[in-house]
Order: sequence, then C-alpha cells, then structure tokens
Amino acid sequence: MSELTRAEVERVAALARLGLTSDELGKLQGDLNLILEQWAHLTDVDTSSVPPSAQTIVQAMPLREDVAEPSLPVDDALQNAPARSGDFVRVQAILSEEADG
Amino acid sequence: MSGESLRRATATEIRAAFHSGAATSRAVTDELFAAIDREDGVLGAWLHLRHEQARAEADRADARYATARAAGPAALNALPPLLGIPVALKDLVNLTGTPTTAGSRILEGYVSPYDATIAARLKEAGAVILGKTNMDEFAMGSSTEFSAYKKTVNPWAIDRVPGGSSGGSSAAVAAFHAPLSIGTDTGGSIRQPASLTGIVGMKPTYGRVSRYGIVAFASSLDQVGPFARTAQDAALLLHAIAGADAHDATSSRSPLDAALLNLPSGDAAASAIRGKRFALPKEYFVAGMEAGVERAVRDAVAALQAAGGIVEEVSLPTTEHALATYYIVAPAEASANLARYDGVRYGASKHGGGDLLNGYLETRGRGFGPEVRRRIMLGTYALSAGYYDAYYVKAQKVRTLIARDFDRIWAAGFDAIVAPTSPQVAWKFGAKMSDPVSMYLADACTLPANMAGLPGVSIPCGLSENLPVGLQLIGKPWSEAELLSISAGYEALTATAAWRAVAPHDLTKLGGGAA
Repeated sequence: MSELTRAEVERVAALARLGLTSDELGKLQGDLNLILEQWAHLTDVDTSSVPPSAQTIVQAMPLREDVAEPSLPVDDALQNAPARSGDFVRVQAILSEEADG
Repeated sequence: MSGESLRRATATEIRAAFHSGAATSRAVTDELFAAIDREDGVLGAWLHLRHEQARAEADRADARYATARAAGPAALNALPPLLGIPVALKDLVNLTGTPTTAGSRILEGYVSPYDATIAARLKEAGAVILGKTNMDEFAMGSSTEFSAYKKTVNPWAIDRVPGGSSGGSSAAVAAFHAPLSIGTDTGGSIRQPASLTGIVGMKPTYGRVSRYGIVAFASSLDQVGPFARTAQDAALLLHAIAGADAHDATSSRSPLDAALLNLPSGDAAASAIRGKRFALPKEYFVAGMEAGVERAVRDAVAALQAAGGIVEEVSLPTTEHALATYYIVAPAEASANLARYDGVRYGASKHGGGDLLNGYLETRGRGFGPEVRRRIMLGTYALSAGYYDAYYVKAQKVRTLIARDFDRIWAAGFDAIVAPTSPQVAWKFGAKMSDPVSMYLADACTLPANMAGLPGVSIPCGLSENLPVGLQLIGKPWSEAELLSISAGYEALTATAAWRAVAPHDLTKLGGGAA
C-alpha cells in the first residue's frame, strides 16, 4: 500500500470534518505514513478462508417488550445546547437565500 | 481508626470498620479530601471534586450503618457491600449534574443530564463518589499526557507518567486518594496504568459491565472495570457495577459469580493455586521489553509454580499482528463514534458566522487534540471508499485469528494465561510524545485480550529500577472471579516479599506545593 499524499490527507480531513491548518496537515501526513508502515505486514497474513469478526464475544441479541418508557425531559436534553429556540436546538441555516429562491 | 490509617485502608478494611463502628464513612471521606486538597496540585489526578455531595452521601451511609448496628449482625450484613466506601470515576462516566469532559476541550462545560448505568448502580449501592479523574483525551493514549486539562504524575516518581488512558484513576488509588476507582479499557487503559502505578486493575469480559452513559471510544472493544489495591477490593467494585442492563444490548446476562464477594484469602487463597494450569505465551516477551520487567514477571511465574501451579510455555502466533489490527479497528470505530461531536447539540461550538459546514470544521478542528485527530484521520481513511476492504475488513479477519489463538489455549485446558502487562516500567514525561508508534507499542501486551473480548487483570509483582511491574492474567470469557481468586492467591504467596513493603516513594513530594 502506497504512501498517503498531501491531497489524500486533505481529502480524509474533509471527510472527517476536521478543519486543520497547513502545518497540522503536514504533521499528520508524516504521522499517518509512519503508522501505515506498521500496518503493511497485515497483507502477508493469509485470511483467504477466515471470516471477519465484528466482535468476538457473541451473544444472542436480547428482546424486550415494545413499551414506551419515560425519556429524558426536554429541558434536561437541551441543557447543553449551544443555542436553543423553544424546545429545539438552533442551528445554522442549511439552505442559502439563492437556493430558497 | 483515624488519620493516615483511614487514608490507606482498603475498601474491605473500611467496610469492616464501618460494621464494628471503628470508623465512619464521613471520617474516611474527610480524610481523603484532606489528602486530595493538600496533594492534588502536584498529583493532578482529579478533574472535578464533589466535596459537598460526597459528604452528604457519607452521612447517609453512616446513618444506615448506625441503624443496622442497633438492629444486629443480620441487618449489617444485608447492607450493600459498597455502602459508604469512597470511589473515583474516570471523567468519561456520566453522573447527573457533574461535568463530563472525557479529557477533551470539545466537552468543556458539558454537564451530564443523566447517570451512566454504573453511576446509578454505585449510587444505589450507597458508594461515596468523590469526583472525576483525569484521562487521555477520549481515552486515546497510554500516559494521560494527552489530557487537554492537566498532567497527572506517578506517585512512585513524579517525573514519570502514571500510564493511561485511565491515569487519573490509577494515580488516585496508588496515592491513597481513594481505595477504589473506575476506569475503562479499550486496548489496555486499565491494566497498563495499574501496572505502572503498582495497583490492581481489571478489564472484565466484553459485555460484563454496561457501557450505557460512558463516553464511547471503540464500541467493539470498550469495557469498564475496577482499580483497587487488592484483588478482593477489585472484586467488590466489579460486583457492584457488573450485570445485564436493558440500556446496553451488549451487556451480558451471564450470571455473576457470587465468589466475587468472598474471594479466598491467606493460606486458602495460596493453596488454591495448586493444580492450576498457566499458559506462558512466548510472544509476550517482546523485543524491547526491559530486563527488569522480564525478571519480575518470570519470578512471579516461578512463585506460582512453587505453589503447585503448572506452567507451560505456549505460542499465540497472531500476537505479532495484534497491534496493527487494533490500530485499524479502534480508530475506525472511534472515527464513527466521535462524529457526534459537531458543536450542535452539546459541547464546545464554533458555529455562528459562516455556513454550517464551516461550523463543523472549526468546532472539530479546534476542539480535538493531536492524538484524537490522528486516530480520527486513521479511522476515516481505513473506512473510506477503496480502502475499506484492504484495511478494515482485513483487520476484522485477523481479529478472528487472534480469537482462535486464545480459543486453542482454553481448549487445551489452561486456567489462565500469565504474561507481562507492560513491557516497561513508568517512563519519563515526554519520552514517547513525538513518536506515536512508540506510544502505541506500550499496549502491545494488553490489546490482544481486547481484540478477543477476554477478561484480564494486572496485579503488582515486584519492582524494577525501583518502579512497579505488573503481572497480567488473561482468562476465558466470564472468568473474572477465577482470575481474581488466582490474584488473591498470588497476593497471599508474596505477602511478605520485600518489594511489597516499599510504598510509592514520591508520596511525600505530593504535599509540596500547589499547581
């Protein structure tokens, strides 16, 4: 597996919604390539007939009655919201004026 | 009991003193807060303290003990074992009305609106919750140096790290700031700091303890567990927090072993070692292991053998791939779990000017520290189109091989695996901060158990360079009581060993100044 280029690091940062400075991206590129080098030997492991494990302690999923239970009161749920409007979290508009028009 | 003896008492001793009336929970709580207030400026173990609430909890416990003592022994024995016992929580456990930062700036100012299941269980058991402890940001790290808030020092040597990520919880117990604390272990974050600070730390079987209300890191690996200074104390805390929870579908209904509340002690514990079969995996004596660590671990294995344990060298051939596998799976899951920190519903927020996307980029770019960014980037990359099969699916397949290695050990009839916990003793601050891979290698001996979901415990087994060394026991699923019984046996075998008489050297330096 080849080295991560600067453009790939920028693409991954955008996917991860991390707004990073040019210096930070440069440092990450070096770090990530160092770490990816450590992953390389995995390609030598023969897994052709091995199933993947999402977890290894496998238990039957528990079932329960489908009944309503009390949930967190709205005020408690919103107590940490950076911006609130009534019973809602206030967010930036996601549609611009032009898009509306 | 008073003063220093209250401070240094184990939970089991404190409980006995409550029963006899020789001590009160309020006196223990006040004594611990006095030590914390005097010393934490240097130790740096705590992020939030609950002076008033904890004292009220202690007073309530004392009232129940007084009533029960008047009613007789049956009433006393019916009280929950943790009643009035002080406990510390790692700062990723939600506790109503307290800040929960997970060591991150992105959760600065967040106040928990609900209790994690384990917090509710500790309250129900009448434990006194002293406060919340420092940790590597989002539990990512092996030294607690990645906390966004403060440095935690090792009470054995204040120029050295306490291990991580649960370094605040381990340092608090090692420095006699609490008899018990809660940690979480995704790749070694309970066992490794327990090893580096000379205490007992257990990662239970995946699913043994509910994760509801615990800030998530890697959900197929995360598990909650106890720190204590003895195996019996660790068992007491585990018993209080473990068990099925309707709020966590991965929590197990596998019954808890009642033996946890009554582990063998003394000669009975030591003689229980006889006939036990221990597997010694040669791959755990890794390159780079310090000679003093290897010597202490091999001495501990010899002590088990001398007590009638049967030790055989075994091979776990996939161990060499565990580190790489872990550092694909854990960051991949972390990148998904940490997507929720977007500055919209809670936590630090940089939304305001500009558009929504910009708010996300600013909130996350400024809110996460360097190690968390690295892991999110690694995980996002491993899950991204074109790389998913090569990295993530490949790692999931190698995980199967790691689990099969362990299955072969249990099929061969072994009772436990014995191994080092950490290849090194506590290192100096800064020694691994510039090279992420060197930090990752600190968990080489602990993370295979997480990959396989198995329980593991680290117990003190000696000193190297005058610093603590941990012996790790790994068991089959749900064998926590067995592992802790063996641990109690080892404690009994070595009760008079010279190294047990050595207290953390730098305790006296903790009182020296304020931060």
